[in-house]
Amino acid sequence: MESLTNRKRVVSDKPMTFLEKLYLPAIWGGMFITLKHIFKKNHTIKYPEEQRVFAPVYRGMHVLKRDEEGRENCTACGLCAVACPAEAITMVAEERKKGEEHLYREEKYAASYEINMLRCIFCGLCEEACPKEAVFLTDRIVPTEFDRNDFIYDKSVLVEPINDRIDITKRQNTGKRGVI
Amino acid sequence: MIKVTIDDIEVEVEAGTSILNAARKIGGEVVPPAMCYYSKLPGTGGKCRTCLVEVAAGSAADPRPMPKLVASCSTPASDGMVVKNKTSQRVHDNRGAVVEFLLINHPLDCPVCDQAGECNLQDLGYTHGNATTRYEEERRTFEPIDIGDKIKLHMNRCILCYRCVEVANQLTNQRVHGVLNRGEHAEISTYIEHAIDNDFSGNMIDVCPVGALTDKTFRFKSRVWFLKPMEATCACTKCSGSVVLWMFGKEIYRVTARKDKYGEVENIGDKTAWICNECRFEKKDLAKWNVIGPRVIDRHSVISQGKYETNIEPTIKKLS
Repeated sequence: MESLTNRKRVVSDKPMTFLEKLYLPAIWGGMFITLKHIFKKNHTIKYPEEQRVFAPVYRGMHVLKRDEEGRENCTACGLCAVACPAEAITMVAEERKKGEEHLYREEKYAASYEINMLRCIFCGLCEEACPKEAVFLTDRIVPTEFDRNDFIYDKSVLVEPINDRIDITKRQNTGKRGVI
Repeated sequence: MIKVTIDDIEVEVEAGTSILNAARKIGGEVVPPAMCYYSKLPGTGGKCRTCLVEVAAGSAADPRPMPKLVASCSTPASDGMVVKNKTSQRVHDNRGAVVEFLLINHPLDCPVCDQAGECNLQDLGYTHGNATTRYEEERRTFEPIDIGDKIKLHMNRCILCYRCVEVANQLTNQRVHGVLNRGEHAEISTYIEHAIDNDFSGNMIDVCPVGALTDKTFRFKSRVWFLKPMEATCACTKCSGSVVLWMFGKEIYRVTARKDKYGEVENIGDKTAWICNECRFEKKDLAKWNVIGPRVIDRHSVISQGKYETNIEPTIKKLS
């Protein structure tokens, strides 16, 4: 049948010439290409000594933010879980008791909040859905683990430490609180 | 029978039917939203003003337009009446203003509220509300109180529709709660935190268009869109026993009456299927129910986001 695109190549089976039979010219040619690359710019870096600068919109590991007074922002409304296309987020809500006002901002809070990092596709929809500015994606990388269960991050990992706040202002300015 | 034209659609209804019910006979987008009117509770309506419509021609005998917008829930239709709802810009603007008024003291705590996802005020806010508020004064606030051991009252969220008062008047033998004070100070209360413990008092939760009255046994347990609504029946001597079970896996999180597309409790036969407190609050054990199958939910509702209808067979098999 006639070719429609005329792009196919016929496999040739002609015998090698004397120069090709020697092999050495081909090896020299290959070695020349290899050696040429020694003098070119290196494209890899020596991680972790050297680290690349992330783009401002990089979406890495999640953080559950606290407000200025150190109270957890998350109110377990479930909007991140319903927005999540990978079904990575689960939570259990609890009612705030009297005397816990300094711990949780709203009357309801997440007693447990888990993100399965193996399911997560880092799309950032949870962050977009959040009405309380509680969940954000950061430029931190999710570390590798040996056990699958270790990838299910609970509140002890996700909630930012009260003394070691995670800065999200530059990367994730959602505009919900006006211009920062 | 009289002929009414609503948004250029003609419908024949019995004399004395309200404009709202004539519109509901047509159905679809013609129906004005209603926050306080409840067709199963006589005496409701005329309070919230969300159902205001424009009457372009009063009747065949007197075709002059009505000067002001009228409340469609409490205005009877007359022969040859021409009503504009969706087609009137005036109605649309006015409804936006009504929503703004309703939201003046509303805390907008939808992420916390258990009603979110099935809330009439939320729907109304989406269709007619503004993205921002112009209200700068302090909102009036109340502490949430327990009325009875099964019902929680968040007066902050209340829009004073009086539906729960009518439920207590018409379904229970003794009303122990009502609206205290007047005007801006009006609030639903049981006076001295009197417990509401009548058998049918739980229906207040179902008729509440907002999250002011919520089920304490379901309080903060889950969000409605994570649950699967299943129709079920039980042999109950006090009520019809026809309910919707809101399930998570094999666990019953909440029991409600069956509600139609207007958020009202359905009629079964010619009786409204109110449910008793025992069915609503006590029977959280699957063995006590005869599960019929998944409840049909409007596919635009957030509740249907779990696409549970594709799993009808496995769900029923898992339950039995």
